[in-house]
Amino acid sequence: MYEGVVQSLIDELGMLPGIGPKSAQRIAFHLLAADPADVKRLAHALLEVKEKVRFCRICGNVAAEDECRICRDQRRDPHVICVVEEPKDVVAIERTREFRGRYHVLGGAISPIDGVGPDDLRIRELMTRLADGQVTELILATDPNLEGEATATYLARLVKPMDLTVTRLASGLPVGGDLEYADEVTLGRAFEGRRLLDV
Amino acid sequence: MVLYRDEGVVLRTQKLGEADRIVTILTKRTGKVRGVARGVRKTTSRFGARLEPFSHIDLQLHTGRTLDVVTQVETIRPYGEALVADYPRYTAGTAMLETADRLTVGEKEPALRQFLLLVGGLRTLVEGGHEARLVLDAFFLRSLAVAGYAPALAECARCGAEAVRAFAIVAGGVVCGTCRPQGAAVPAAETIALMIALLRGDWPAADASESRHRVECSGLVAAYLQWHLEHGIRSLRHVEREPAHPSAQFPHGSRT
Ligand SMILES: [Zn+2]
Ligand SMILES: [Zn+2]
Repeated sequence: MYEGVVQSLIDELGMLPGIGPKSAQRIAFHLLAADPADVKRLAHALLEVKEKVRFCRICGNVAAEDECRICRDQRRDPHVICVVEEPKDVVAIERTREFRGRYHVLGGAISPIDGVGPDDLRIRELMTRLADGQVTELILATDPNLEGEATATYLARLVKPMDLTVTRLASGLPVGGDLEYADEVTLGRAFEGRRLLDV
Repeated sequence: MVLYRDEGVVLRTQKLGEADRIVTILTKRTGKVRGVARGVRKTTSRFGARLEPFSHIDLQLHTGRTLDVVTQVETIRPYGEALVADYPRYTAGTAMLETADRLTVGEKEPALRQFLLLVGGLRTLVEGGHEARLVLDAFFLRSLAVAGYAPALAECARCGAEAVRAFAIVAGGVVCGTCRPQGAAVPAAETIALMIALLRGDWPAADASESRHRVECSGLVAAYLQWHLEHGIRSLRHVEREPAHPSAQFPHGSRT
């Protein structure tokens, strides 16, 4: 244990995802030794992200304004929506440069054992977006693991009465993994070879 | 560090750090085991898919200071693959996993009968020969029986009289007119008969039951199960009875 403020910094850092007590200690001492101006910039960025970043009212992605950059971009194809679990999946897919349509971020995947059902995700908002008939293809890019597959099955069944092409990213994505860890080439290939979902 | 090998069904997985998972497995010989699977969320992982919930696996672990570490996994049957393609069966299966997890309280306490029930339940669910909710209710009733909580269904839970009238959770099953506590449910005789059929594994009788008796049976079984577990089964709320028409829930959902 360290004295007062040092220990509370270590405790706070240790609560971040993927940071164990050892890493928290290393980061804390790095900050102690760092230039005060650098630390100020970091502190400022932390505060600013909470103050300024919101979630896009259309797609649920992180946004600096009411609507995100992608939703405001008129060059993006409004006929195709790619459904993902988290904003970080948008980043992963954007890196592939394979996709020119729009996104819809669910905010997670259906996981009954964790108490997360369809009503806890942004599915109602998706249905509202699909209601005007402009969208012709829905790409289900939920994670290639069990919860992601179950969520895709649920969505495919939900939109079945609509006149939509529903596709799922091609296999080739390693099952059981997180979408964000797929490399650009694999993810790009999965996009090209997406298959029709028929439930 | 001791190496051991067993077969088991993956009950649940939780993210750990950047790329690892904690996997809870109900094994045949060792009972419930919690182990770390390193790197499984990376797309290069050797056994990511094999350690998904519902997977029936052959695995090797070595004992660790806090958690055991999974070192080898071979798939026996990947029940999850079949289940995710059918949402009502998937949700029923999820409730099975959660119940098996909750009923096996201690780690590394052998629970062979619960393991066999789970494997049998998942197999029946995947084969698709019976309504998913019936399979789930049968699993609930038999799991309760294995845990020592079988409800009395043939004679009064309190006095053993044969003329039963009501179902009282607090009394432990059906009760006669004299023993009946206030507020006891009075289900149809066919509903009690269905519960008996499910507990015994009499599928011809269960399959022949009417929808309203199945619904009543599910209600009683769920209430009875949740009463015996300290906290409710979370996934039960999300179990779908049969392929409904969910677009009806979303008035804006269909193109008219
Ligand atoms: Zn947006
Ligand atoms: Zn009695």
